[in-house]
Amino acid sequence: MLKSIVGRKLGMTQIFGDNGNIIPVTVIEAGPCAVIQVKTKEKEGYNALQLGFMKKKPQRVNRPLTGHFSKSGTGPFYHLKEFPIDEVGEYTVGQEITLETFSVGEFVDITGTSKGKGFTGVIKRHGFRGSKSSHGVHEYFRHGGSIGSSAYPSKTLKGKKMPGRHGNSRVTTQNLQIVDIKPDSNLLLIKGAVPGSINSIVIIREATKKRSGEKPGEAVQEDE
Amino acid sequence: MNAIENLEKEQLRMDIPDFKPGDTVKVNFKIQEGDKERIQVFEGVVIRLRRGNTRGTFTVRKVSYGIGVERIFPLHSPYIDKIEVVSRGRVRRSRLYYLRGRKGKAARIKEKR
Repeated sequence: MLKSIVGRKLGMTQIFGDNGNIIPVTVIEAGPCAVIQVKTKEKEGYNALQLGFMKKKPQRVNRPLTGHFSKSGTGPFYHLKEFPIDEVGEYTVGQEITLETFSVGEFVDITGTSKGKGFTGVIKRHGFRGSKSSHGVHEYFRHGGSIGSSAYPSKTLKGKKMPGRHGNSRVTTQNLQIVDIKPDSNLLLIKGAVPGSINSIVIIREATKKRSGEKPGEAVQEDE
Repeated sequence: MNAIENLEKEQLRMDIPDFKPGDTVKVNFKIQEGDKERIQVFEGVVIRLRRGNTRGTFTVRKVSYGIGVERIFPLHSPYIDKIEVVSRGRVRRSRLYYLRGRKGKAARIKEKR
């Protein structure tokens, strides 16, 4: 069974939990996705499903992709994502995938593209401490310090943490709990934050580390 | 954005009376004790009202055995049984923090006519 779906991050809000506590949630419009291609071991060398998300007007699609989409009979989509899967037998091209495989309380991993921060220093990018703000420090507050030794090795080691482009990379946040599911409007409410900006595409998968748990809000007991 | 607004609208409570800072209110708050549920009443002056859909909160201040107690309630919390407005006060600002420094007679608020 495929327990993954493509979604679009809509933003964050807060809802009231079972015992009146406030749960911060990210709202994700997840699915419906359509199976565009079923990849099999015999043909492509591995088993996978290619899913399309967010319908696109046919006149916006170029010729090669039109041919690719025409096989599924679902019309074109903006986003195509591939999901490896053990058994493809139960899936056919053109089939609709909704978020019904997920249930409330389950844990999921969510992958997205983090917000780009541009060129940043080492404090923001790598969490360095920086220098003291007094005791004779002269114009050396947010620097990274020394970048290596002298005669040996006579070079800066590869992978040294330095300033540079930060963000705008693929990030997975693990063990996020599903607080609520709205099947009518294809909405998924996830406890906590999800990587990426509003309207960015995210991939929701079953959690690899944590399996289903208690209902959200029950875990934390608020004392009066 | 629309989907989020709809979600928040679902959570809003329409049965909340209209009150303002300066008003004296009785907040009947549900408290879970084991399996039992009881209602605790917190009566005091509203010194702050923050709006904003489901995020709205209000602060109620009372003086209990000579000690000032303030409690912040989420405006749309399902655990608020009901809010009763006891009296409406006439105040000239929206945040009544100045009450914190006052005691007894000085901390009175004129009632609205």
